[in-house]
Amino acid sequence: MLQIPCPWCGPREDAEFDFGGEADIQRPADPDALDDAAWADYLFMRVNRRGVQREQWVHTAGCRRWFVVERDTVTNEILQASTMGRRP
Amino acid sequence: MQRYSLPHLIRRGLRGQRGWTRAWRKAAPKPSYDVVIVGGGGHGLATAYYLAKLHGVRNVAVLERGWLGGGNVGRNTAIVRSNYLWDASAHIYEFSLQLWEGLSRELNYNVMFSQRGVLNLGHSAHDMHGLARRVGANKLNGIDAELLSTEQIARLVPILDTSAAARYPILGGTLQRRGGVARHDAVAWGYARAADALGVDIVEGCEVTGIRAAAGRVAALETTRGEIRAGKVGLVVAGNASVLAAMAGLRLPIQSHPLQALVTEPLKPVLDPVVMSSAVHVYVSQTDRGELVLGAGIDAPTSYDLRGSFRVIEHTLAATVELFPIFSRVRMLRQWAGTVDVCPDASPIIGPTPMEGLFVNCGWGTGGFKATPGSGWVFAHTLAHGQPHPLNAPFGLDRFAAGALIDEHGAAAVAH
Repeated sequence: MLQIPCPWCGPREDAEFDFGGEADIQRPADPDALDDAAWADYLFMRVNRRGVQREQWVHTAGCRRWFVVERDTVTNEILQASTMGRRP
Repeated sequence: MQRYSLPHLIRRGLRGQRGWTRAWRKAAPKPSYDVVIVGGGGHGLATAYYLAKLHGVRNVAVLERGWLGGGNVGRNTAIVRSNYLWDASAHIYEFSLQLWEGLSRELNYNVMFSQRGVLNLGHSAHDMHGLARRVGANKLNGIDAELLSTEQIARLVPILDTSAAARYPILGGTLQRRGGVARHDAVAWGYARAADALGVDIVEGCEVTGIRAAAGRVAALETTRGEIRAGKVGLVVAGNASVLAAMAGLRLPIQSHPLQALVTEPLKPVLDPVVMSSAVHVYVSQTDRGELVLGAGIDAPTSYDLRGSFRVIEHTLAATVELFPIFSRVRMLRQWAGTVDVCPDASPIIGPTPMEGLFVNCGWGTGGFKATPGSGWVFAHTLAHGQPHPLNAPFGLDRFAAGALIDEHGAAAVAH
């Protein structure tokens, strides 16, 4: 059981949240300009990091807001959480 | 290779069980091989065996980071079946099931393949529509499949709660009688022994730390036991496919999750077939020793922690007890997890990569064990010929750009 520090609500157990995958994946500004390989890269290819990963969570059973968590995917240690839109 | 047989067993017995030899050599890596397989699990060892047996490629090494059979081949719930919906999946899993049927004889090693049947339950009208559709698709592909009524299921598995008042009412189900279970450790050991006998070097305790290319072609692997040159390399790993692919500058459409399983104390024989329910995500079978083997679902967050969360087990066990009230006081003995590499369409990737000479067989998600023999067979063909066999051609990495996904999420019998 993880304890997720929601930036608005504080630490809550992970049953209240849903996982939203890797953070910092931006939708291409002009999708029509992309070839199939570039579009597949955006849609499907992932770093799937073993180590500290920036990832998205949503506080489904709380404030219902999305935010970014830095978590070590090997130890599950959560290093920090921040609001959306702040890129490293 | 010391051939196992009843006379051999009796002779050894009369000599006090002395004179048994190792099932495979503890090989040290040579500087160079024609083919290097990364990953000494079931799929990797099967690949090496069929390369040596069917394609005459014997200058082969299998590199295993830990010990042989310590990964997902020894962590799954050992279920074998082939009742997949889509043609591409049905073909490769059915081919694999046919190999399972002769595997103990092929390897001269008892993998304890037991065709006790796999029963999939339906709990709603929607479930039943899906199951009926799958039975039809299976029959068109020559795969044995039967649609059962609630009464037939009650006779087959009397301990299921088939009453109308059940928390998860059972409206019917499907049965694949040729499905069943196998002893998963024996599959790894059997393939290792048979591959070793054909000259394959199985190198344990050898972790790959880098992939070196020359002129766009794979050239060598950097390992904790020195550099190993390779004509061709096959990455056959679970749980670290993305990490290894990144060493070759590749991105894969894979996300890694923990998947848990549990074993109970031994009971008298009480459950004949494997019973699975996709809707409540339960799958359970009883081993020859009497233990119940139960599998849970994956944890939603990606993780390499090899643990998984308690909440997921609790969910599975709550549903199991609703389906089988008789299990309510059975004690759990062990719980463990494996890391499963899941693709967006829940189908594997078996084929070439943009780097020449580098091939992948990975992304088997939650259901790779049943495919072990077929996966090794088609991947050996792919490595030997440099291009996929028709059975694995639909499973290429290029399908993600082409859009030809093989969507087995919910289309298979799910719950692997």
